[in-house]
Amino acid sequence: MTEPLSREDVSHVAKLARLRLTEEELVRYTEQLGKILVHAQDLNSLDLAGVAPTAHPFGLVNVVRQDEVHPSIDPAAVLAEAPDAEDGRFAVPRIVGEAP
Amino acid sequence: MSLPNGWEMVIGLEVHTELKTKTKLFCGCANAFGSAPNTQVCPICLGLPGSLPVMNERAVELAMAIGFALNCTIQDSTFHRKNYFYPDMPKDYQISQYDVPINAHGYLTLPDGFRVSIERAHMEEDTGKTTHLGTSGRIHGADRSLVDYNRSGVPLVEIVSGPDIRTSQQARDYVAELRAILIAIGASDGRMEEGSLRVDANVSVRKADAPFGTRCEIKNLNSLRSLQRAIEYEALRQIEVLEDGGKIRQETRHWDEDRGETSTLRVKEEAEDYRYFREPDLVDLAPDQAWRDRVKAGLPRLPAERRGLIESLLGELSDAQRDAVATIVDQGLDEYVLGVADAKGDVSLALARTANEIAANVAGRTNLSVANFVATVAMEQLGQLSATQAKTVLGELLESGGDPAAIAKAKGFEQLSSDTLSVTVGELIEANPDEWQRFKDGDDKLAQFFIGLVMKATKGQANGKAVIAELQSRR
Repeated sequence: MTEPLSREDVSHVAKLARLRLTEEELVRYTEQLGKILVHAQDLNSLDLAGVAPTAHPFGLVNVVRQDEVHPSIDPAAVLAEAPDAEDGRFAVPRIVGEAP
Repeated sequence: MSLPNGWEMVIGLEVHTELKTKTKLFCGCANAFGSAPNTQVCPICLGLPGSLPVMNERAVELAMAIGFALNCTIQDSTFHRKNYFYPDMPKDYQISQYDVPINAHGYLTLPDGFRVSIERAHMEEDTGKTTHLGTSGRIHGADRSLVDYNRSGVPLVEIVSGPDIRTSQQARDYVAELRAILIAIGASDGRMEEGSLRVDANVSVRKADAPFGTRCEIKNLNSLRSLQRAIEYEALRQIEVLEDGGKIRQETRHWDEDRGETSTLRVKEEAEDYRYFREPDLVDLAPDQAWRDRVKAGLPRLPAERRGLIESLLGELSDAQRDAVATIVDQGLDEYVLGVADAKGDVSLALARTANEIAANVAGRTNLSVANFVATVAMEQLGQLSATQAKTVLGELLESGGDPAAIAKAKGFEQLSSDTLSVTVGELIEANPDEWQRFKDGDDKLAQFFIGLVMKATKGQANGKAVIAELQSRR
């Protein structure tokens, strides 16, 4: 059978996830991820014509909470976890462009 | 603005509105503008590991209310993760609705009857606010960015129009009407300058009836004026490129209000790949009929209907009156005009006083009961107060409340007796024989001349209509 996943596919996904892979890692992950896909393809051997797609193991819908304010956490504690802070805000390296 | 050489604009708008809830979409942190940075955050909206989102019921109801108000189909819907790397979203994904939004296939009717289709109105969470520090003060010159996550996780609904809009004025009318609707149903405070209502414009140009051209998306439109100016600038820019034989690149452009131009922010070289997948931490929304009915029953009358009601009381309207009606409905001041109508008072006068005096001090309306407004308009209508005096009384009522008759008395706004008026008019006629002769000879414009003199002589205490009656009786 053809390869379930090409090296280009893995390279593309790695780029989207901001992962820098060595050539060796690319080969290894292409093989490993391919095996996972093949495993998932086992489902294709089942007759699922009458089964609705499901994205969640629970049969629940509309799980909601009341619109009531709960205390937030102390900003000092919040910023203590930040690598750098300024003026009560998280400080990060310069961002080029705007958010998507 | 009309475009040269048979070009036509094609515009689609994406409007993001923050929802007026007490708390964020997935956690109990307060949803409030203007607090000190990072004081309204918790593990959920900071995206800390192990935290789980729980849907805000009120946000769902407001989203449904928007759907009903925009004539959408309200459907069972799902949530996805939109993955991207940018520090405004600490989870590195935004929870949004992707292929199955809560509201789809609606429309909005503009005041002139033009119908703009609504493709979808879906729920998502807002991002944090980034401030770019740098010497030049421009995004591209920044060397450090600061992030405040108070806004991260605030509920949003994104309303996407079809590419139906053809002029910048229509775009403006669309956003104005949408904003009025969102305010009327209590979904949004509609403040564009504070960013609680944000508009992105997709603009392309084509020759009439040609296929759609390549579009550019314009961001940073913080007012209706910016929206209109940016669209006009962008359309002319694209026409110039095309007429010079160039091609339009699909890109995101930034509107610079001071320079009055758009510039490239981001080129869309490859189709954006956000690796959307179902949010495993949330279950689907499937509002049953009873819940939908409850939300629908709670909808107030929409602006178009409210404008129609006031306009029907006025009969033939001038453009200025039409604008005044729109202002009143936008500000939610209908009750004053309707109160005067119920009292069989002068609706046209009530409209003018509401659109000018009350709209100028909306915060003061808590001091001004409808009954006191009706009484003031009646006093003006009966000639007990001049226009200037009525405005002063209303100003005082809005500022500190009280009784209109008592205020008028305290201000010395007793109308001149007809005897005093008659004497004053007589004296002024004697002092201005030439003008009086011309008035007698049929030059009606001179009436204004004499009214002005009488007002000056009486320090505004005379009533204009009474002066005209006095002049006519001596003509």
